[in-house]
Amino acid sequence: VEIEGAATWRRVEFGDGVDEQLADLLVRRIVANPVIERWASGTIEPTFHAAGAGSGTAETIPIADLSPDELAHIGAERALALDPEELLAIQAHYASIGREPTDVELETLAQTWSEHCAHKTFRALVTTDDGEDRPPLITMLRQSTEAIAAPFVRSAFVGNAGVVNFRDDVTLALKVETHNHPSAVEPFGGANTGVGGVIRDVLGIGHRPIAVTDVLCFGPPDAPLSSVPEGALHPLRIREGVIDGVADYGNKIGLPTVAGAILYDPGYTTNPLVFAGCIGTAKGWEPDRGPFPGDRIIVLGGRTGRDGIRGATFSSLTMDATTGEVAGASVQIGDPIVEKLLIDVLVGAEHLYTAITDCGAGGLSSAVGEMAEGVGADVELDKVPLKYPGLEPWEIWLSEAQERMVVAVKPAKLGELRERCARHGVELADIGGFTGDGILTVRSGGTQVLELSTEFLHDGRPQRQMKATMPQPARGADVGRDVEDPRASLLALLAHRNIASKAGTIHRYDHEILGATAVRPLVGRMADAPADGVVIAEPTDAAGFAIGVGVNPWWGLHDPEAMAYGVIDEAIRNVVAVGADPDHVALLDNFSWGDPRRETTLGELVAAVDGCCAAAMAYRAPFVSGKDSLNNEYTGTDGERHSVPPTLVITAVAHVPDADRCVTPELAQAGNAVVLLGSTAPEFAGSHLDLVHGEPDEVGNVPAPDPDAPTRYRHLHQAIQAGLVHSCHDLSEGGLAVALAEMCIAARRGIEVTELPHADRVTALFSESQSRLLVEVAPDDLARFGDVMHESIHVLGEVTDGQYLSLPGLDPIAVEDLADAFHRLDGDVR
Amino acid sequence: MSAPTALLIAGPGTNRDRDLELALELAGAQPTTILATELAEHPERLDDAGLLSIAGGFSYGDALGAGRMLALDLTVGLGDALRSFVDSGRPVIGICNGFQVLTRTKLLPGSLGHNAHGRFECRWVVLEAEPNSTCVWTAGIEDPIHCPIAHGEGRYVHPDPDSLAAAGQVALRYRSTNPNGSVADIAGVCNAAGNVLGLMPHPENFVVGRQHPNHLRGGGLDHIGLRLFQNGVAAAMATT
Repeated sequence: VEIEGAATWRRVEFGDGVDEQLADLLVRRIVANPVIERWASGTIEPTFHAAGAGSGTAETIPIADLSPDELAHIGAERALALDPEELLAIQAHYASIGREPTDVELETLAQTWSEHCAHKTFRALVTTDDGEDRPPLITMLRQSTEAIAAPFVRSAFVGNAGVVNFRDDVTLALKVETHNHPSAVEPFGGANTGVGGVIRDVLGIGHRPIAVTDVLCFGPPDAPLSSVPEGALHPLRIREGVIDGVADYGNKIGLPTVAGAILYDPGYTTNPLVFAGCIGTAKGWEPDRGPFPGDRIIVLGGRTGRDGIRGATFSSLTMDATTGEVAGASVQIGDPIVEKLLIDVLVGAEHLYTAITDCGAGGLSSAVGEMAEGVGADVELDKVPLKYPGLEPWEIWLSEAQERMVVAVKPAKLGELRERCARHGVELADIGGFTGDGILTVRSGGTQVLELSTEFLHDGRPQRQMKATMPQPARGADVGRDVEDPRASLLALLAHRNIASKAGTIHRYDHEILGATAVRPLVGRMADAPADGVVIAEPTDAAGFAIGVGVNPWWGLHDPEAMAYGVIDEAIRNVVAVGADPDHVALLDNFSWGDPRRETTLGELVAAVDGCCAAAMAYRAPFVSGKDSLNNEYTGTDGERHSVPPTLVITAVAHVPDADRCVTPELAQAGNAVVLLGSTAPEFAGSHLDLVHGEPDEVGNVPAPDPDAPTRYRHLHQAIQAGLVHSCHDLSEGGLAVALAEMCIAARRGIEVTELPHADRVTALFSESQSRLLVEVAPDDLARFGDVMHESIHVLGEVTDGQYLSLPGLDPIAVEDLADAFHRLDGDVR
Repeated sequence: MSAPTALLIAGPGTNRDRDLELALELAGAQPTTILATELAEHPERLDDAGLLSIAGGFSYGDALGAGRMLALDLTVGLGDALRSFVDSGRPVIGICNGFQVLTRTKLLPGSLGHNAHGRFECRWVVLEAEPNSTCVWTAGIEDPIHCPIAHGEGRYVHPDPDSLAAAGQVALRYRSTNPNGSVADIAGVCNAAGNVLGLMPHPENFVVGRQHPNHLRGGGLDHIGLRLFQNGVAAAMATT
């Protein structure tokens, strides 16, 4: 049978108690997603993609004589998401070459110059309210990496991913991407293609993908429907779709989803955040040499369709209730099996291409446009394989259809590549060649639809000038907290969504495939306690690497600079706690922020970057890759702006010299001493104790940097390598009390605490002061451990065989009660 | 005697092939991965193979049902050649998606349905080899085997599990927890002759000590999944 098109539909029946109006409300709010689905009571007619051939020609858009207002109108009409200055620059360019732009050229410029692709804000000149002119944020981050000059950095801030070299000739490619807007509009597809995209980034720098990470931010799943703005999905549906989307892609493509975090805050209700990461490995990797003039432009993988049109510009706009209608097609459709075949074809084919990149935001326009920079290319759109007919030239050129890679291939190597593709059933298309004239030319049906100098395309955009109002965090006297019943507070903290077990989600992901997950996300006797970092090591290798994540938007609300420093400390602390080497740590920075055109919002971003650079220098941990997703705001029909809290996700990847010398929070032996490293102060601003009990008027300070932390981590690493550490756990959300409880849960053993690290019990138990770790040391080793640490160590108490966590002045708490609280929400994720 | 060749059959979407290759290699075989379509063109490749294995994954994206398309590659593409390989008594193993494939080819009894709780699940399980099984892969294994599961459609279904067990065709059962609702806790079954084994769990993910969740406390080695593959390789050497 010849299939021309297919559509799916669902039939929903309501009981007598439901009238038309209620039924419509139920469908609109719960059953259907108005952004990508239609509904009707009675029968509904399917819609199919437009059949028939496209015009094959480009439309000329006259702009020469337009006023700035008229230009802005065209910009809005085509959703170009360009600044007025940028539209004027385009107008001037075409005046200078004496012709009008085609729609293909306008759309290409809009994609290439979009916030998503060009990172205008991170490349902007920023003037702060105190009159200081700042270098662009991206420059600050790069300069910190250059200043650290770590010998293990092979490639930073260029290409699809950062590349580090911790040992012999084995390199790791590191990348974390955001896929926020698509996940808000269509959670499954958005998260699904977010994972697929970041895997292609790693593949696009010549590395074999071996692990996936995910950090997810949602609104409260129990938020009342009335609190969800019109046009937005309820957090429950977003969470369900996103987690399914991540699991579906990772499980099917066959990569372990190993590390991550799940955060809940009302600020994410309309703007969920999805940070998908991928790590790849290679032996004897060298950067791309090409493309060279004469190389062919080869597209591999999936066919091109209308899916994901204008994704880059869409994600650079703030959303409102009508985003769906205009952006429905912006969400791509993922097919992990096709991408698995791309891996099978490309891994081991490095000798067959001179340059490689993935088709992500902007589709071919970005992929070929970037590769052609300084070289020039000539593309024939008729050669691009299509899913169905009817696409206009600009749609083919901009489509973000998934699972496509672009490689530059010498004609002599084409035959061998064709054979590899044929063997694995991967489609290959030769769509043109690299020229050497520095001009990007695109043809359709023989006629030219685009001609741009790659110089104007990549360097023609006027640099943004932006103003920032710096935040003034109240860094004053410490402010403590009063708690009526510390035991109840501890149990409430363990049951808080952000701290409670994520087992319900983790078991949805295959974290075992490839057999290299040496320390898993869940550890301990019952494999139900959280690990600080995970460790990946090939079964037959001694060495491996650890992954740690740091994120704390609640600190960000009070003090973005301290937040940035703090989450970097947390990410590094997590990898050190599991046995990684603090002198071989690479960092990834991912910012998800509100609209930077609001001066205070940009100020918070600048402050966070200041904190990033200071921490990177202090720990000698270079940034090798990063990504910013701005405009994470939603204008409700109430006209109000809903913005995400300042969210910086730091991913630390560190060298593990000996995967058999890793440690976890699982207590080993009754009678061993429980030691606290680091100092404790009343630092409660943005603490989880406040999330549980509510914030006082006088919040006090976000935890301040600890200048001794870098040396502490080096010494702890020596102690771990010397076998002096039996278990280790970092202190983070919920402070000492939660960390002690999690160690008890991990081993199903007790701890008897006899000394507290601070005179004020609430501070001792719940403050979130930075750079602290709990360490289990055998009594006989205490002296030696102290010598290795070169700092005063506080013995808090000892491990017991009893089933209680006992804290000074409080009734003991049964370990099973701690575990029950920690697991209260396990059945929650379905 | 030289190491027997172990053919590893893969299809588009097979993804635990590297894991299985390592297991077969450590067990003393020479693993060679071949696509089912390639094998159909060169059935003679079966002649010098001592062992046949089908790895886990999502072959053909599990379109038309888990394992169905790859099963068609084998039954339609290989047909008699596969049948005579099995009749020769040489060992065959299908894991996860490979198990689904073998049930679709009818080389193994029963079928696999969606997990009782309806979700994909990845966690470690404990397996017990049935002492009275005719299976060459599990023969003589007394200690429980520890290894992970990672599947959404692993609920073993069979109308008469008791007679299946009586015939010695129940090779492995889940001990303590049954993760997917399989009838009679069945995790793996074999053909009547005992040379073809299919199982949902992944013993190929516990072939070196470090892979065990408790390895930092020195645990797990008595429960290593490598034993299954050592049995299989031994059987391959005995039958070739």
